[in-house]
Amino acid sequence: MDILNALVAFTNFVVVPATAYGSQLALGALGVTLIYGVLRFSNFAHGETMSFGAMVVVLVTGLFQSWGLSLGALPTALLALPFGILATALLLLLTDRVVYKFYRKVKAVPVMFVIVSTGVMFVMNGLVRMVVGTDDRRFSDGARFVINAREFKAWSGLNEGLALKTTQVITVVVAMITVAALFWFLNKTRTGKSMRAFSDNEDLALLSGINPERVVMITWLLVAALATIAGTLYGLDKSYKPFIFQQLLLPVFAAAIVGGIGNPLGAVAGGFVIAFSEVTLTYAFKKVVTYLGPDSWAPDGLVQLLSTDYKFAVSFAILIIVLLFKPTGLFKGQSI
Amino acid sequence: MIEVRDLHMHFGGFRAVDGASLTLEQGSITGLIGPNGAGKTSLFNCIAGVLTPTSGQVFFDGEDITGLKPHELFHKGILRTFQIAHEFGSMTCRENLMMVPAGQSGETLWNTWFGRKRIAEEERALRAKADEVLEFLTISHIADLKAGEISGGQKKLLELGRTMMVDAKMVFLDEVGAGVNRTLLYTIGDAIKRLNVERGYTFCMIEHDMEFIKQLCDPVIVMAQGKVMATGSASEIMQNEAVIEAYLGTGVKNKKTEEAQ
Repeated sequence: MDILNALVAFTNFVVVPATAYGSQLALGALGVTLIYGVLRFSNFAHGETMSFGAMVVVLVTGLFQSWGLSLGALPTALLALPFGILATALLLLLTDRVVYKFYRKVKAVPVMFVIVSTGVMFVMNGLVRMVVGTDDRRFSDGARFVINAREFKAWSGLNEGLALKTTQVITVVVAMITVAALFWFLNKTRTGKSMRAFSDNEDLALLSGINPERVVMITWLLVAALATIAGTLYGLDKSYKPFIFQQLLLPVFAAAIVGGIGNPLGAVAGGFVIAFSEVTLTYAFKKVVTYLGPDSWAPDGLVQLLSTDYKFAVSFAILIIVLLFKPTGLFKGQSI
Repeated sequence: MIEVRDLHMHFGGFRAVDGASLTLEQGSITGLIGPNGAGKTSLFNCIAGVLTPTSGQVFFDGEDITGLKPHELFHKGILRTFQIAHEFGSMTCRENLMMVPAGQSGETLWNTWFGRKRIAEEERALRAKADEVLEFLTISHIADLKAGEISGGQKKLLELGRTMMVDAKMVFLDEVGAGVNRTLLYTIGDAIKRLNVERGYTFCMIEHDMEFIKQLCDPVIVMAQGKVMATGSASEIMQNEAVIEAYLGTGVKNKKTEEAQ
């Protein structure tokens, strides 16, 4: 029996990746939740918004790299992030002006907005494909590991290595800063309070000194920042694939709904719930079980609950369970 | 101050407001009464910009304000409260009040980051004002409670408080007394009277409680079937045969007959 090795293996293959993935989902879900709270519709184009933002970051990163600009051990992408946010903000404001504004004016029902946003999704998808094609792109540079598996083994004398990628650390740190800044903004500033007021009670907000168009604009700006950061972190951690974001839409929505849609705190919690369930259920526990039990108990199989092919089914299952038993989500959000 | 000319509001074939004309005098507290479905709330909604009337016009100090949006009317000093109290449930009562005034410098992203000092000063002033309003309404003790958690009557007071955060000229109260206990009703009545006398607010209120109306309102307008049926002082209205028939009911009539005998 070897608890320490089992723990290290579990941390290395489950805790660390799930934390990074959870942070990415949380940021994505925050964007979805903000739009739902303020504009009152489920934005299916959010995945593609993340894709667009990440794409601009990839392109600007390439430009900076060709100029020899870098941040040393940190990835150059962090330097390109503000440009990605700016471009995404412009795209979203343009989309709002050209598309959503009209439907707000005619007071379209929410389901209409959902269909419209699906249309926007296809347009953005096509836009991204036209600009960068469909290939995989790696754009992370700088130091690859904070903790290297081999060095860790040598240092600890354990059989199992623990690897901590720079991108994983950056993901978690950037996500924490972003979430803290967002919560400060929503709770402490007048603009943030206007957004919350608008989300609480639109009729009353209109009868107060709140300018609805400004609230909408600021929401899109925040969403642009959140989507770009989420997309970039996801791309840094894995690689930038234009198509992956359409698939990512499901876990992102699941995270927002599980946490309680319209509730920012819920979006963060939901992101981690989905990420940890997905990673835990699809991880092969053979190693961990072998370390924990006596030698003769070592399993022949992988001890994997679900094949990784089914990882998106996990978010689906959680989504359905939550909608059945607690339609407003873990934290009280709006019921759908 | 407010003049409504031949206002129609039709929902499909149903004529909720069917040619109503009325005038609200500056500095008055006008009561609007009538049976359920008489078109009182529809009329309110038309004046307050929630509904666009089918035809007819609304004037505010001689200016045509027909079809303006609620937030545009807000900037002109025309405010309303709701039949079922509205509030920002996730914020405290004090924050609810602080949300009301428009054009705060904290509303732009630029100032959020670079004008913090100015915002802080404004917020201090607002906070003091909000506390003063809560004091006026005798609900200081709920300042830090979430507005979603206070009682229905307190929500009504909070609604009234919202109108005090800005210099309102014309306030429409939609059943401000409904579902409120007697003591609280007197508090609300007092607050309305003081606002009227001390700050010169003009009120127009939908109300069903005749006692409450009698104490506060002059004149009283009676609506029935989408039209204005009678106008006069509260006691005149209560004598009016047609009004008794349509709204006050035979209970009042019988009582009067008894008194006469």
